[in-house]
Amino acid sequence: MTLLEIERLSKRFSSGSRDVAALNDVSLSLAPAETLGLVGASGSGKSTLARILMRLIPADGGAIRFEGEDWLSLSGADLRRRRARIQMVFQDVLGAFNPRATVGSVLDDPLRIHNIVPKADRRREIAALLDRVGLPADYADRSIRDVSGGQRQRIAIARAIATQPSLIVLDEAVSALDVSIRGKILELLVELQRERGIAYLFVSHDLSVLRAVSHRIAVMDAGRLVETGAAGRVIENPHSAAAHALIAAVPRLVTGIPQGPSHDL
Amino acid sequence: MRWLRNVAGTPEGAIGLGILLLLGLIALFAPILSPGDPLRIAGQPLLAPFTDPSFPLGTDRLGRDVLAGILHGTRTSLAVGIAAALAAIAIGLCIGLTAGLAGGLVDEALMRVVDAFQIVPSFLLALAFVSVIGASVPVVVVAIALGAWADPARLTRAQVLSIRERDYVASARVIGMHPAEIAFRQILPNALPPVLALSAIIVAAAILTEAALSFLGLGDPNVVTWGSMIAEGRNILRSSPSLSIFPGIALVITVIGVYLFSEGLNKVLAGRRGRV
Repeated sequence: MTLLEIERLSKRFSSGSRDVAALNDVSLSLAPAETLGLVGASGSGKSTLARILMRLIPADGGAIRFEGEDWLSLSGADLRRRRARIQMVFQDVLGAFNPRATVGSVLDDPLRIHNIVPKADRRREIAALLDRVGLPADYADRSIRDVSGGQRQRIAIARAIATQPSLIVLDEAVSALDVSIRGKILELLVELQRERGIAYLFVSHDLSVLRAVSHRIAVMDAGRLVETGAAGRVIENPHSAAAHALIAAVPRLVTGIPQGPSHDL
Repeated sequence: MRWLRNVAGTPEGAIGLGILLLLGLIALFAPILSPGDPLRIAGQPLLAPFTDPSFPLGTDRLGRDVLAGILHGTRTSLAVGIAAALAAIAIGLCIGLTAGLAGGLVDEALMRVVDAFQIVPSFLLALAFVSVIGASVPVVVVAIALGAWADPARLTRAQVLSIRERDYVASARVIGMHPAEIAFRQILPNALPPVLALSAIIVAAAILTEAALSFLGLGDPNVVTWGSMIAEGRNILRSSPSLSIFPGIALVITVIGVYLFSEGLNKVLAGRRGRV
């Protein structure tokens, strides 16, 4: 059974005389509780794909089936209601929140809009969500500006799971975070997946992050999907040039004595 | 009200706020400070200032108390200035928000209307409006607002265009928030600060425009205004210059107060933008 089926999706951006194909016939699928890592260099179209899937920008062609529904044909109140099932975590931990919001109001919005719990229980639900992502309940009264980047991303995750979605799109969700915090956030995401059966579309340019969490990896290059496969296989034995380049770009620790005649000293 | 304390924390803001508070109190208590109709004949005509303790600033050609006129004139000036600015900001916010959010043809059409209003000198527009419809305080307010809403509309639109691309608006859409709630709860409050800073300048301009209209005899004849007092004194400017000078000073102090306040407000807003 598939949760999400993207078929021949295409999108062009034109500015002035320049016409760029951001997405070119991209097809992929995602099973429930599966993590698909979507990797590619900057400008490969992976964020465009995420934004089309979130219905933030329109697609030019192609189809998306999500939970058996034609996702791209939904509109208005129907779309808003169904949005509860796909949530998103953004890269920019500061920009993803209204600067005037408090932590509590950020989590209250999805609960209120989708009527997840009765009004009287919302405060308790907010505390439960904060507790689930590892933050104390009294954070609800803090301004969003008074919490750190890692904590903000925890709040973003709490907001995403508030509507009980079956799919969360993570757009470079840990790229802006400190390396020490990154691992903890990834652990939290994996725990939530085991617990609630959420599928992730994890968009990143960083293969080392994707290797840690993905079941499968899809590689994008210049708007095309060039390779899809099990995470281990793609990293150990990449077929495409784009995947080779991305793997070569992962920094490695240089250890041991350098070999070869190039070192004269 | 924390921002008000912050404004008072800057030197300009403190002075401006002090002047405005004083003027506000004068406007509020004008009937107590100088009871009775300020336009009534109260004493001998053309008393020089500082000669008679019951008329500290003297009397005009008809024997009306100059001090009473100035005190009551504060009411008209502030009321017209603030009402006109509020109306201008309200119209500007609505038009700017609609243009910025709707985009496309609606945006184009609204911005051409804004262009049209910006091309016409606002004072001429007010002059024409009042002379056609007739002079009364509400008409003067509308006339001034008509010439002043274009700037806040433009500024609001620019703010909205920038804010609607931010991730927090995208995340509001992602959680399924209604577009009206996004406009009024997510975008508008964040678009507001620079427009509010502009509003102080609009208040100052509105006070000056009102004075100029009154000076030309197009103010409400039933209320005393600084502009009409200056015009009244103009005929005998050489023999009794004080009749024009005192209301002129009141006008200058008011406008300076508003400007200083807006300067302080700008500083506070700029500081806050710097912090985020």
